[in-house]
Amino acid sequence: MATSYTEMPAAPATPGFGARLQQLLPKLVLSPTVLITLFFVYGFIVWTTYLSFTKSRGYPVHELVGWLQYSRVWAQPRWHVAIHNLAVFGALYVTICLFLGLLLAILLDQRIRQEGTVRAIFLYPMAISFIVTGTAWKWMLNPGLGLEKLVRDWGWTDFTFDWIVNEDMAIYTVVIAGVWQASGFVMAMFLAGLRGIDQDIIKAASIDGATMPRIYWRIILPQLRPVFLSSLVILAHLAIKSYDLVVALTGGGPGYATDLPSTFMYAHTFTRNQLGMGAASAVMMLLTVAAIMVPFLYSEVRGPRTATE
Amino acid sequence: MAQHRDTPHLAQRKGFPWSRVVIYGLLGFFGLIYLLPLIVMILTSLKPLPEIYAGSMIALPQHWTVEPWIDAWERSCVGLNCNGIKGYFWNSTKMTVLAVVISTGIGLLNGYVLTKWKFKGANLLFGLILFGCFIPFQIVLIPMAHLLGKMGIASSTTGLVFVHVVYGLCFTTLYARNYYMAFPDELVRAAMIDGARFFSIFWRILLPNSAPIIIVTVIWQFTNIWNDFLFGASFSTGESAPMTVALNNLVNSSTGERPYNVHMAAAMIAALPTLLVYIFGGRYFVRGLMAGSVKG
Repeated sequence: MATSYTEMPAAPATPGFGARLQQLLPKLVLSPTVLITLFFVYGFIVWTTYLSFTKSRGYPVHELVGWLQYSRVWAQPRWHVAIHNLAVFGALYVTICLFLGLLLAILLDQRIRQEGTVRAIFLYPMAISFIVTGTAWKWMLNPGLGLEKLVRDWGWTDFTFDWIVNEDMAIYTVVIAGVWQASGFVMAMFLAGLRGIDQDIIKAASIDGATMPRIYWRIILPQLRPVFLSSLVILAHLAIKSYDLVVALTGGGPGYATDLPSTFMYAHTFTRNQLGMGAASAVMMLLTVAAIMVPFLYSEVRGPRTATE
Repeated sequence: MAQHRDTPHLAQRKGFPWSRVVIYGLLGFFGLIYLLPLIVMILTSLKPLPEIYAGSMIALPQHWTVEPWIDAWERSCVGLNCNGIKGYFWNSTKMTVLAVVISTGIGLLNGYVLTKWKFKGANLLFGLILFGCFIPFQIVLIPMAHLLGKMGIASSTTGLVFVHVVYGLCFTTLYARNYYMAFPDELVRAAMIDGARFFSIFWRILLPNSAPIIIVTVIWQFTNIWNDFLFGASFSTGESAPMTVALNNLVNSSTGERPYNVHMAAAMIAALPTLLVYIFGGRYFVRGLMAGSVKG
């Protein structure tokens, strides 16, 4: 870490009670948070993991059954749908958000007028609840009243856009709404990255006769690699955690065609009285997120970047 | 194109600025797409119902009406309760304000300790706390439901405040720590030589200089907690539900001819607090977003 001092000198030379208290005070102040984290994050992780190995259904029981709950989860066609959906949704959501975010950032970085306003427009979905955006998109994607009707009224009477009620296509509506919500955030990240690039290098390359597309491809984009990585990690973990959007947009339907592991977990825990299966699916979600986040956080906390903050 | 430009950009050729046209065209196109849901929501919420079923979703209302907003606020039915969403709005307000204030306060103190009173293992502790920001909350739902029941605060605003404080601490700590990291140690040391103690240093020296990070943290927490759905859906029932849960119930519970205008008005009411915060504090909101992802 950057700051070199480790412990502050205890104020007076004779360590009376007051002085010892002063010395302990910082740790005392931090301790509630540490205890809360240990208990409510790590303790609860252990607790849920334990439950996933028990026979629990409607309420927690302590009879251990090994990997039974996991095999029951994997025996469910609904879980396979959820996993498949997560793969489709995750891949598209991350890829399109990255692409669109980068494109918007590059466009915005061309010294345009009213940049602040345009940026605000791209980013406002981030400030709104997924439940609200889900409600709005559900309405717009409703075949009878929304986009389909709009285009038909314009004269293309054959136009069909019924993805939201179509089992095979409904997951793509989740992608649309998800990208709409998060791409502005990626744009903001890339824009900050672009603004941090040394303009002299670009000027020099330009004087050397490099064309702008080439400068972007060869000089600017490679320098944005850290931003790419952070955005990728954040988006991937958001994709795994996505829950509200699906609930508001499709409710997991039609049928369970747009189920994700998160909605699977919720349904089994709170409506189907399958605590053990709910816990098992939650553990698998956590492991997936941890596989992405732990290496990233480790490098962020430990990495040289932090040291120069 | 009279703008002064000292570094080359995509549009650098002389003559008619075709590339500028393309840039503005694309930005305008995407801008419209991004605005569309908001525009549709607002327009729909200001139309009488027959107009919605007859007309186009982007048509301006022929008869402007605020009736749907009043209906949503006072009379709409969430489940079997037809008193509108005002009670749930109030639940969310109470919950959010309390949880934001508490979690921000604790986070500032944590950040202060983690940067100005470093002890051995502080970084490890910070890493442990930080991980809590990123867990999928599904992993804590079952134990938390159990515990809230045991504590007698299940299905109450108090319970939700508690949950939001617990899982908000990692973010508030992260922000404060990263901000105080850049705060000059010399000032702290000088105050210490002058005999100032732990709390007075925080109170007199750090806090007066913390306005930016307090705003960032408050906005971030406010947005997250107001918009939360998972905790609200898991740990509240009926009357104690926050706004997002009530909105979802409202939209899904109506039978017969759906009052879409009322739904959209309710959605707008649910969105307004965070939208207003965004409009007036957008700069800080973006800073929070970035700090939460790349750690400044």
